[in-house]
Amino acid sequence: MRTLEGQGVTKYFGGLAAVSNVDFHVDRGEIVGLIGPNGAGKTTLFNLTSGALPLSSGEITFKGQKIRGLKPHRVCKMGVSRTFQETKVFGNMPVLQNVLVGAFFGSPNRISAADAAREASQALEFVGLSAMAGNSIQDLTLVSQKRVEVARALATRPELLLLDELMAGLNPAEVSEAMELVAKIRDTGITIFIVEHVMKAIMGICERIMVLHHGEKIAEGTPQEIASNKTVIEIYLGEETHAGS
Amino acid sequence: MDIIRLFTTHRKLLAVGSLLLILIFLTTFPLYGNDYYIRLLTTILMYTVLAVSWAMFSGATGYMSLATAAFFGVGVMTTAFLEGTLPFLVIIVIGGLLASALAFLIGLVTLRLRGVYFAIFSFGFVMFIGEIVFYIDTHILHNIWGHNLTPPDPGVLLYMMLGLVVVTLVTIYFIRRSRYGLALLSIGGNEEAAKHMGINTTRTKVILFTISAVFMGAAGAIFAPAIIHIQARIAFNIFNSFLPILMAIFGGMGQFYGPVVGAFVFGYLDAALKVEFQQYFMLGFGIILILVILFLPNGLAGLVPMLQGKLGGVIAKWRKGGEAEQHANT
Ligand SMILES: Nc1ncnc2c1ncn2[C@@H]1O[C@H](COP(=O)(O)OP(=O)(O)OP(=O)(O)O)[C@@H](O)[C@H]1O
Ligand SMILES: [Mg+2]
Repeated sequence: MRTLEGQGVTKYFGGLAAVSNVDFHVDRGEIVGLIGPNGAGKTTLFNLTSGALPLSSGEITFKGQKIRGLKPHRVCKMGVSRTFQETKVFGNMPVLQNVLVGAFFGSPNRISAADAAREASQALEFVGLSAMAGNSIQDLTLVSQKRVEVARALATRPELLLLDELMAGLNPAEVSEAMELVAKIRDTGITIFIVEHVMKAIMGICERIMVLHHGEKIAEGTPQEIASNKTVIEIYLGEETHAGS
Repeated sequence: MDIIRLFTTHRKLLAVGSLLLILIFLTTFPLYGNDYYIRLLTTILMYTVLAVSWAMFSGATGYMSLATAAFFGVGVMTTAFLEGTLPFLVIIVIGGLLASALAFLIGLVTLRLRGVYFAIFSFGFVMFIGEIVFYIDTHILHNIWGHNLTPPDPGVLLYMMLGLVVVTLVTIYFIRRSRYGLALLSIGGNEEAAKHMGINTTRTKVILFTISAVFMGAAGAIFAPAIIHIQARIAFNIFNSFLPILMAIFGGMGQFYGPVVGAFVFGYLDAALKVEFQQYFMLGFGIILILVILFLPNGLAGLVPMLQGKLGGVIAKWRKGGEAEQHANT
């Protein structure tokens, strides 16, 4: 079953087509990777999916329901949750309260304070941060803050989770931990759409990968197919020599 | 020893006890305080309502509202126009409702604006509505000399304001602890993230901004007779927007009681020192405020946990010393 589907998805910022006529889909239970050089339009595609930005044209559906025109809080209640590339935690509350917000407001039905509290501690435990529950969020490292974002997203009880560069800035050991976490989330039955620059991670956990470049989808396939795709290699090699200079 | 234990184990009981004492003091005040102090206390309580209601919305969300004076002024003018036609309690309720209706409209239009734009707009709004009401009052209704209200019984006014303070504090206490309090706080923490966690931020902001204005309007309606001679330009004095903010910052917004403490300390200093020192007062107050912001980022209320930490250490040491002594004796 199609959990998420996009047809002709297009977003203009002024004259710039950040996302241009992209067709894509994510099936139930999959982990789908979204890669591409800086400025390719990956985050923009997430923003269109979560309702943060309106589409210029095209349509995105979640379980057959149109997302176009819906505000982020509606999309969240439908079952789509996300983390942010630039961490957006609630700096004015302790760690547990951050997650509690997701638990309280994320589900489509009104939930009791006791249930929300239980949900929040479970989510925090799931990402391995129970010990930090009472800490001020600003005392946590950026890595841990990203994990809190994951817990907060999980507390909304999503069916689809959008992860935007969860692993940026992690050391190799932390990357494997993060990969385990993603696999563990999928095992609970949550479908995952993930943007990542760490190739080893994306190749290791994704069943399918899409590649964006200048807002256009230039390739799609299994990790092996993508790894041997000429255009993709050119783009990434080009970027590396560029970055290396 | 027992007293120390009482302090550490029965904190809630002590809080309720001291609250009761304060309430008893305030309610019996007209029996022994003279008129000057009764008026001063009424003013302080009025500022308490403004500071606490302001902090509930603006302190939590970070949306700096400068519209407090507008809502307060609507309350004042409600009494000015309706005095004598309806029971005072009804007028107070009308004042609160009119202010909140206004807040609802402003909220719908302006709460989409971020940060400083919202602050500036709400500031301009006070000026705008003040002038509009002034124009209507003088040119259309021909109340050229303003409104002279019947001088009130200061004791009665104090009780009314005290009643409003209690209602305001109880309501806001529960709002802060409720899911709406959490929603407001998350908007202040990161509005974009709050939206993505399922919060209808626009609706939350408008509703709670509207609720905060009820108390501000009611405070204006109750306080109006104390002004005695009312003109729109006095009723909508922009200082009523700034003072509560200073009080809330001064007292500390992290704690529920911070703005209350701020209103009392500042309100008293304001009245007591202004008469004697006049221009030096604002200077001195400015210096104190800067010191508070620099060294007590959580306001006066931030002193309490700090002192508790220090005091706790001292008590623990003292206990250990005592125990060691006992051991030595055996
Ligand atoms: N809100 C916005 N307003 C204007 N332009 C934007 C906005 N958001 C993104 N862009 C532009 O759209 C293009 C795509 O940006 P996007 O953030 O989607 O890229 P990305 O693939 O996520 O890149 P990165 O790997 O650096 O995160 C970029 O050129 C960017 O400058
Ligand atoms: Mg991005």
